[in-house]
Formats: sequence, structure tokens, C-alpha cells
Amino acid sequence: MNQVNIAERSPRDLREFRPSNFKREIDLLTTSLRELNEMLQGLRNDTARDEASFRVTNPDGAHALAVGIDAPLDVEIAGHVGYYCGGMNKWARIVIDGNAGPGVGENMMSGLIHVRGDASQCAGATAHGGLLLIDGNASARCGISMKGVDIVVKGDIGHLSGFMGQTGRLVAFGDAGEALGDSLYEARIYVRGKVESFGADCIEKELRDEHRAELFALLRQAGEAHRVDVSEFRRYGSARKLYNFHIDNTGAY
Amino acid sequence: MCGIAGLFLKAPQLQPQLGGLLAQMTSTLCSRGPDSAGFALYTADAPSKSKLTLTSVGGRSDFEILAPVLSRSIGAPVLVTNRYTHAILTIPTDLTRTCRDWLVENAQDIRIVSEGASLEIYKEVGYPDEVARSFDIVSIAGTHGIAHTRMATESAVTTTGAHPFSTGPDQCLVHNGSLSNHASLRRELQRDGIVPQTENDTEVAAGYLTRELKRGKTLGEALKSSVDDLDGFFTFVVGTKNGFGVLRDPIACKPAVMAETEDYVAFASEYRSLTCLPGIKNARVFEPKPATPYFWEH
Repeated sequence: MNQVNIAERSPRDLREFRPSNFKREIDLLTTSLRELNEMLQGLRNDTARDEASFRVTNPDGAHALAVGIDAPLDVEIAGHVGYYCGGMNKWARIVIDGNAGPGVGENMMSGLIHVRGDASQCAGATAHGGLLLIDGNASARCGISMKGVDIVVKGDIGHLSGFMGQTGRLVAFGDAGEALGDSLYEARIYVRGKVESFGADCIEKELRDEHRAELFALLRQAGEAHRVDVSEFRRYGSARKLYNFHIDNTGAY
Repeated sequence: MCGIAGLFLKAPQLQPQLGGLLAQMTSTLCSRGPDSAGFALYTADAPSKSKLTLTSVGGRSDFEILAPVLSRSIGAPVLVTNRYTHAILTIPTDLTRTCRDWLVENAQDIRIVSEGASLEIYKEVGYPDEVARSFDIVSIAGTHGIAHTRMATESAVTTTGAHPFSTGPDQCLVHNGSLSNHASLRRELQRDGIVPQTENDTEVAAGYLTRELKRGKTLGEALKSSVDDLDGFFTFVVGTKNGFGVLRDPIACKPAVMAETEDYVAFASEYRSLTCLPGIKNARVFEPKPATPYFWEH
């Protein structure tokens, strides 16, 4: 296993951020996307706080913005972004002051990605760790094949959310669309609103104290502790009937 | 892939910029569909006049010689305006059928791309920016328009295979995706008197909407029933004389983003395409929900 202990340096709690007062401003009208990404990807863990803080202006929906970062940087993006923003993120805190296109935080490993607006499809797809926080709604396939990331969506999540989720937690303050948690493995899903329908092998499970505690810890990281009552959520998970092949289930595959 | 852009203007002062804005929106989508492009624009109409957009599969560009011959034949004035490989024939509305029949009989290389009081369609094979420049789309004013950049999957890369498709007066449709039941639906439409001119799956979707509108459905109702009757992947943007609609399949396979301000409603495959619009930074930007028709009317 190629596991690293990233809890030490990786910010994943809104309260923990002490962003530098000095932010280096990068204007994407004058700096190319490639130049920006190469610079961010070139910075390492020992980067001084004042040199690790960026504000990106005029993103104008650019794709693959701030991807592949491997250092505890602080990147604020002033506007809407396109596909795959913050993909493969490690350590960094990325705040998007706008909407995010498909695949925000795809395969992120650690750190925090905070979308202040809505996120499009496949938010947090295949992500292994860190926290993806979405203030608005996330559309279809939120957390598809999630592998350890925590995703907190303050609005609704679209259809097929949590599809094949392996581990990690997916929390929605609002409603969930059709086929929630289809073919789910061990990801845990908490939804406060109504669930349109379940996908194959997804069932409601009892919300016990340990789950309330887990949920409370997630809400605290999202800066929502005591603002939302953890008892209002319901817990969903895998019935564990599909993920080992059984001949009687062929119709459900 | 394929790219779609659509712009429905609420503010009359933006109308002179329709073509310019749509061409800019489409320019961002070149990489999504580099093989052909098309523009449908709803322009000024004149009382009792209709416009036929023509193109020639034989490479003809001397459309002006058609006018006097057609005019003599129907006994009414005919105006021809050339635009690159297309031409607009302006004719009396009540003689539309006669003109269409005359063209089929006497100019077999001609294809009628669109018909309507205000609709004009310009589409051609080539890189979308080049197509827009060649047709001088920037110079066209209007109330609303839709555009498409094509990466062909279902039929050949030809002028008539490019989007938008029009199968009824002042109706047009662009499509990102592919339909699986277009062959059976094409046969059904033929029985109902709507004869698709190409092998393209999108033309079948356009024909389906035309049939449903003919049967008395509103645009919203026709979009709603297409969720049940069309099988496959689709994001559609459709135009009618006064309206503009959007529909995505229930899986929401293809991307879509919309923006609305007091001045316009805009659609695009990617947000990048909307950034050229005035006041976009304060627009309400949202993703249309799957299997949910959206439409706006003037």
C-alpha cells in the first residue's frame, strides 16, 4: 500500500485555515493556464507561507485549473471554472468563488476544495482523500467511485450520486436524485432531504450515535456545526448483496 | 463530442449583436466539433413574406439566376440574397408550397435548408471559425439563434449532415449525442408525411418535434414527450419563431450549462463559451436538470 500520513499537513477543516495576508495574484488573461499549473505543480511541501498563497483572477471557465498540486498551497479562484478543477489535489486548499464544471476534485488525494457555487457532474470522482465542500448543489454522479474522500454538499445531489462508492463519506443537506448509491461498496451516505430512489443494493441503515458523531465531525470541518442538526439526516449504505458475484443476481448487474 | 451554443435575447438593444455574440460563443466550441458548423438565426420578418434558405449539393453559387425564372413561373416577385454557399429566397408566404415544388422539379441540386418567416440557417463543412467567417455571421441581427460544432458519429460529414436541422417552418434543432431508435422513428415519420432528407439521426429528432407541434402540442409538451419517445443520448437546443427550448436525456450524458440575466438566456456545452456575453459575471449560471424541458418565449 502506498499510504502516506497526510493528516498532519493537509488542511481539511475550514477553521484551520490561516491564509496569508499576502496573496500572489495571477491573472489568466495575461498568464497562460499551462504557466500557472506548472508553477503550482513545481512548489513543494517546504514552500514558505507567503509564497504559497495565490489568487487567480479571470478563470473564465478554464479546464484543468490548479490540477496536480503537491504542496500545502492556498489557491483562491475568483470566478467560474471548467472541467476537472483541483484534480489530483494533494495538500492544497483550493477555494472556487463560483461554479465548477464536471469533475471538480477528480481523484483528489488530500487537502480541501471548496466550491462556493454549484458543482456540475462527477464532483469528487474517484477521489481518495481530503474534503470536497460544495456550498450549492452538485449535479449527477456526485462522488462516483469515491475511494476515501469526504464530500459535503450543502444543497442537493443529482442522480446516480455515490455510484460504486468504495469508501469515504458523502453528505447532502438537501435532496438526492434517482438511483442513489447504485452498486455501492463501503462509502457511507448521509442525506437530510428526500431521496428520489435507491440504486441497486443501496439501502437505508440505522443512524446510531457513532454515525451522529461522525457526521458532526464532518459538519464541523465544513463550518456548519450546530447550524444543522445531525439527527435530521438519514444514513444509507450497501446491502452488500451485489459486490460479490452471485448467480442469482445476474439480472441486477 | 459536438458543441452547442444558444442565445435568446430578451433585451431588444442586443439584437444587432446576435450574430456576433453567437459566433464568439461558438468559437470556443471549435475543439468539440471541428468538422462542420452551423448557425440558425431568427431575423427580421416582413408581413406575408417567407424565407427559404437554399444550398446546392452540386456546388452552385449562382443562386441569383434562379430568381427571375422562379418569379416568372409563380407570377410574383422573388428576392435572392447570397451568403457564401447559401442563399435566402424571399417569397410570398402563400406561394411557399409552389416554390418548394418548383425547386424540387427544376433545380435538383438545390436543398432547402430552412423555411420560415424569420429563420435563416447557414451550415457548412469546415472549421467552425472559418465557417462563421465565410458566412459573415457577425453581421446578422436577430432575436435568438442556435449554433452547433460537429464531430460526426452517425452520418457523413457533408453540408446537409451539419446541424442545425429544420423540418418545419421556423423550427430548428441542434443535438449533442446520438439516438438509437432513429431508424424506426424515421419510418414512422415517413408514414406521417414528414420525410427526412438525410440519414442523420438528429434530423429525425427535429422531424419528431415538428410532428408533435403539428399535432397541437406546445414546445414544452413536445420536449416532454420526446423523453419517452426518443432513445439515446441527447442534449437538444431547439428554436421556434418566438421560442427557445432545452432538453437533456434522463441520464444527462452530455454537458450543458445555462446563464440567465434580464437581457438574455444563453446555453452552451461549456461555461467557457458564455464568458463573452455582456454581464455574464452577474448572471445566474445553472445546469439544466435531466429529462426536464426548459423553454422561453418572446
